[in-house]
Amino acid sequence: MKKAPKRFLVVLIAALSVFLLFVNAYAKEPYKIGALLAVTGPASFLGEPEKNTVLMLKDQINKAGGINGHPLEIIIEDTKSDETQAVLSAKKLLENDKVLAIIGPSTTGESMALVPILNTAATPLLSCAAGAPITQPVKDRTWIFKTPQYDISAVEAIYGYMKKHGISKVGIITISTGFGDAGKKALLEIAPKYGMTIVAEEKYGPKDSDMTTQLTKIKAAGAQAVINWSVGPGQVVVTKNWHALKMGIPLYQSHGWGSKKNIELAGKAAEGVIAPLGRLVIWDKLPDKHRQKALLKKYTQDYEALYKSDPGTFGGHAYDSIMMIVEALKKVGPDKKKIRDYVETKIKKWPGTGGIFNISPDDHCGLDKSAFEMVVVKNGDWEILK
Amino acid sequence: MLTVFLQFLFSGLTVGAVYALVGIGFNITYNATSIINLAQGEFVVIGGLMMWFFAESLKLPFLVSVAFTILSAGIVGLLMERLTIKPLKNPDLLLMIMITVAVSIVLRGVLMFSFGKDPYVYPSFTEGEPLSIYGAIIQQQTLWVIGITGFCIILLFFFFKKTMIGKAMLACAVNPTAAKLVGINVSRMVMLSFVLSAVVGAIGGMAITPISLMEYDKGPMLAVKGFCAAIMGGLGTNRGAVLGGFIIGILESMTAGYIHSGLKDAVALIILLLILFFKPAGIFVSKAMHQLRKF
Repeated sequence: MKKAPKRFLVVLIAALSVFLLFVNAYAKEPYKIGALLAVTGPASFLGEPEKNTVLMLKDQINKAGGINGHPLEIIIEDTKSDETQAVLSAKKLLENDKVLAIIGPSTTGESMALVPILNTAATPLLSCAAGAPITQPVKDRTWIFKTPQYDISAVEAIYGYMKKHGISKVGIITISTGFGDAGKKALLEIAPKYGMTIVAEEKYGPKDSDMTTQLTKIKAAGAQAVINWSVGPGQVVVTKNWHALKMGIPLYQSHGWGSKKNIELAGKAAEGVIAPLGRLVIWDKLPDKHRQKALLKKYTQDYEALYKSDPGTFGGHAYDSIMMIVEALKKVGPDKKKIRDYVETKIKKWPGTGGIFNISPDDHCGLDKSAFEMVVVKNGDWEILK
Repeated sequence: MLTVFLQFLFSGLTVGAVYALVGIGFNITYNATSIINLAQGEFVVIGGLMMWFFAESLKLPFLVSVAFTILSAGIVGLLMERLTIKPLKNPDLLLMIMITVAVSIVLRGVLMFSFGKDPYVYPSFTEGEPLSIYGAIIQQQTLWVIGITGFCIILLFFFFKKTMIGKAMLACAVNPTAAKLVGINVSRMVMLSFVLSAVVGAIGGMAITPISLMEYDKGPMLAVKGFCAAIMGGLGTNRGAVLGGFIIGILESMTAGYIHSGLKDAVALIILLLILFFKPAGIFVSKAMHQLRKF
């Protein structure tokens, strides 16, 4: 009878220590952050890869032990690509879930709707939309940041390259959507700075099937190059028309061109098309020593293994937003003010998918034209231009 | 100057041929049932996407793919009529048109889930360089679209004027009760008209995809432009739809070329309104004929 209690004690201690170990791993409170993404609706082509990225990163971070032992909890809300829904979901995240920071939304319109709300609630917002007004003027955007590159940076990359190659007269053709209008504005605004003259300025609708007329006009106006600013099938139709017309002047596309799908769709016609692209789509062409290469490779390969499709530029914006917050949480803990200050002052020479970020109190995006490489389509693949 | 003008004209013909083909589809259902089938645009999308599926994804020979695409579009048209139009106890025209809107939304959803949101394309029917006329180029596929449009019109003309079934279909639209009294199976004719319009729509979709690409939500735009073409020429007349389609296409292109591309849709629609103001029944329909119609 003497032995039994002893054995019982041993078992009890062993069980307790296992239990304690277990409890210890999950003893710390989770860090909660919110994600407002356009998972459905017209902007779902942005929200879908962003949502996938959020889920993938959350799992990776928690499997690696969380943030300083705290599990990461990301609450995803679908904004349905709608401003009103974005506002309602933001209020839910702030008031019910008490999140430390919010990533998203996916579109510029939704982000603009959230600027006053997040500023009042004193909670950091890291938007995944590109529009410059999201972070400017920066004095009214204390709590607002964004990770996609500015449209203006893409324009500067194009104009800079053109200037080097002796092009000064350009014709522009833009799609009649928010993306095209923002691009047109940037193209017209920056032109004088680079000594560019816009000799023709044309438009087309998102579902138009032939842009030969606009291109003929641009050529007749004496342009030395065409710049097309659009996303979706329009950029492929323009490319095919440009090729069929044998225009004899180069075609430049916006940073919306960065999908292999476009080369597939345009086929032969895509040969020679030049565009400023973020490094995410051309990571395999980068030199090994490039500071973005390792993370781009890991992100792209992990994403492709998990979802059987490529993340595209848009998933990358969500990646950058999450990783900035995760780093801030790791360094300063769950304090909204400290997270904001960290992102504003400590994200320097910080490699992300969108480029090397240098966020400062004057610039809540931190990317410039160096985030882009000029890329030409050659033999059905990208090639970086020097 | 001539080159530039011709280029604008060819661009207008390319776009106009697309509108014309969609417009003809509207006419078939209208001629047999007086319904305006607003899912007509989706039939075009089905044509383009199914053709891609058979020819590019399954790699079937060209003619086999065409046959399968026509077959699948016909089945969709048949199901649409049997499942949504036929069960109606009290067929009211406005109600039926609303149903076609609902069907178009459902079809779009099905297409989105099966094909995703990306655009699709396959090579032109004939490979080769575009033709050059006085320095202006016209793509070979455009000639195919124009040719197929013409072929469809001739076939439909003979079908409606010379065959018993065609005449019976026309009779159903004019007066369903009288048609029934003389022994025409009205329900079957209505079904046939949906099948036929789906097939014509799909043929259009097959022809235009190499030019304009095809994605799941292209239907509404095609339907609106095709419908404009049909009413400009006069609903129910195929030569009207063709003329209407080309007028709208060329107007859009000329406006884009000589005024500004931002105004092209607006100018084309203003001209459409003007024509309807002076000739409310469309170019090819007389006032007396118009009064016999329900629309």
